[in-house]
Amino acid sequence: MSVDVLVIAEAVAGEVPDVTYELLGKGRELSDGFSGELALVLAGEPSPQNLFGAADVLYSMSGMEAGYCAPQWEMSLGEVIRSAHPKVVLVSTGTVGIDLAGALATQFDGVLASYVIDAVMEGGSLVVTSQLYGGKLLSEVEIDSFPAVLSVVPGSFASDVGRVVGEPRREVIDVGGSLSSAKGIAIELREPDSSGVDITAAPLLVSVGRGIGSKENVELVAELAEAMKAPLSASRPVIDQGWLPKPHQVGKSGKKVKPTVYLAFGISGAPEHLEGMRSADVIIACNTDAKAPIFEVAHYGTTLDLFDLVPELTDQVGG
Amino acid sequence: MRIVVAMRQLADLVEELEVNDEGTDIDREFVKFVSNEWDEAALEEALTLKDELGATVTVVALDEPDVDQTLYAALAKGADRVVKLTGNDPDTWVRSRERAQRLASFLAGESFDLLLTGVQAADDLDGQLAGILGSLLEVPHAAVVVGVEGSDSKVRVIQEMGGGLLGVSELDLPAVLGIQAAKQTPRYAPISRIRQAMQTGEISEHEVELSDASAQVKVRRLYPPESTGAGATMLKGSPKEVAAEIIEIIKSKGLV
Ligand SMILES: Cc1cc2nc3c(=O)[nH]c(=O)nc-3n(C[C@H](O)[C@H](O)[C@H](O)COP(=O)(O)OP(=O)(O)OC[C@H]3O[C@@H](n4cnc5c(N)ncnc54)[C@H](O)[C@@H]3O)c2cc1C
Ligand SMILES: Nc1ncnc2c1ncn2[C@@H]1O[C@H](COP(=O)(O)O)[C@@H](O)[C@H]1O
Repeated sequence: MSVDVLVIAEAVAGEVPDVTYELLGKGRELSDGFSGELALVLAGEPSPQNLFGAADVLYSMSGMEAGYCAPQWEMSLGEVIRSAHPKVVLVSTGTVGIDLAGALATQFDGVLASYVIDAVMEGGSLVVTSQLYGGKLLSEVEIDSFPAVLSVVPGSFASDVGRVVGEPRREVIDVGGSLSSAKGIAIELREPDSSGVDITAAPLLVSVGRGIGSKENVELVAELAEAMKAPLSASRPVIDQGWLPKPHQVGKSGKKVKPTVYLAFGISGAPEHLEGMRSADVIIACNTDAKAPIFEVAHYGTTLDLFDLVPELTDQVGG
Repeated sequence: MRIVVAMRQLADLVEELEVNDEGTDIDREFVKFVSNEWDEAALEEALTLKDELGATVTVVALDEPDVDQTLYAALAKGADRVVKLTGNDPDTWVRSRERAQRLASFLAGESFDLLLTGVQAADDLDGQLAGILGSLLEVPHAAVVVGVEGSDSKVRVIQEMGGGLLGVSELDLPAVLGIQAAKQTPRYAPISRIRQAMQTGEISEHEVELSDASAQVKVRRLYPPESTGAGATMLKGSPKEVAAEIIEIIKSKGLV
């Protein structure tokens, strides 16, 4: 049997993210649809406790340098793809996927769909749903030429199927020899800054987005957070503008949070933000745009202006 | 150092986005087009590198609605040269694969050390530009970049790997980088300076003809997620009433 679906594990620092198991689960379904095998590719050796049993084949790239260097990963994954020649490559929209999905599709003359949230087989075609425009629109595309690379939004698929125990066939691809010709080297991985506020432990989070408009205005939401004795968290633009420090950031490149209640003010609900908070028990969103994607995941919503609602909330909590 | 920045126009996400009659693209007639926010970060990083190391900064963009405004603003902020690539239909969706081919065709005749572009654009259905462009040009590339330090033959890049982890690597030049955040928030060009750029500056045009387009996915339909039926219970009433309801919900969870 041939490998039809290849999952790329984004385990750069050794730790395997949830999304890898989500991709394995989806990959199982797709490879069964093709009646072919499911493979996973990992940088380095798997731990004996975790051999990725959902896969039929486990490729280990041996000889990889520690850390992350995009040209080295591109070269190494290219060797694995040449050897396995899968019909479908699944990667997440993390840094590895953003770096390499387009490059690999170009190199192997394949098609590519990005921001994927669903993929099903229909006859011999793959029908893929993607989130575009920050989640404001969905697109449905049809893929009938292969190879196809799908770059999948984390959290789109269940991970349980991908976690089954088992022993896939092992293939080691030694990339060490060719890496010296890669046009880059890995220097180091820097651990996250652990100083400052810890927004991951609180049962209630008061979160603010770009809708707040300015650094001065952040104070308004900070007062509410204080009145509610909850930490203040934020979306990425608030951090990038320097309105709050990095440890306050929720999302893909910030913290993953799962509070009992998440209050979102002036946050649109882009996929990268949702990645960090969509599993909160209760999400309450305030956004003047009734079509903001945040309302797709929120349990309660209001289109009131945050500048009218927040002071009222602060008053009522204080009183 | 010679830096090229690839910028593009994109429907303003603050606007209502309608789907066209065929159901396969946004209705482009009435939307406002603005420059992609991550491309603005790429331009800022280029201008910062120019301030630090000395560099020439060329900005290149495809012909898209209101692109002249973005290019004149780039001149006003300190870009040395701005180029508009023509040959595409300015009123259709140019997907990333084709965009990369068009840019690569221009870049084949340019010498550059660094090419910077935004990490993504909101309609990147078939991939993010930096990786595709790097692969087409056969030069090293990296995206989700939050730090760039240049030297003569190499560039040191810091990439966000998720969850706060940063990956540091060194790439040979020339290289293509997808910028996530610049060292500082993008500088502002006063209207008077943009006006001046419009009077004294010049947008050079370069026609690109594509012979064979690369493989792209077929779009069946584009639709708003509301039609999937998920969604929030909307709270109605005055700020006072809604605030009271929200506090009730929080209290019911044993909080506040
Ligand atoms: C690789 C990568 C990683 C990323 N990581 C993260 C991450 O970790 N976290 C993150 O958040 N983002 C992340 N992003 C960015 C993400 O794509 C979005 O740009 C970001 O989440 C948007 O933030 P926002 O919702 O605050 O801003 P916007 O999308 O600009 O939304 C602002 C909202 O405020 C509303 N609003 C305006 N005024 C008012 C008012 N007066 N009252 C009420 N509502 C109002 C508007 O209707 C709008 O919906 C990442 C992007 C990339 C490419
Ligand atoms: N907005 C940002 N988000 C994430 N990282 C950033 C941001 N701005 C700068 N950086 C990079 O993060 C690195 C570590 O920053 P520091 O901890 O301040 O030394 C620096 O090299 C910066 O380039």
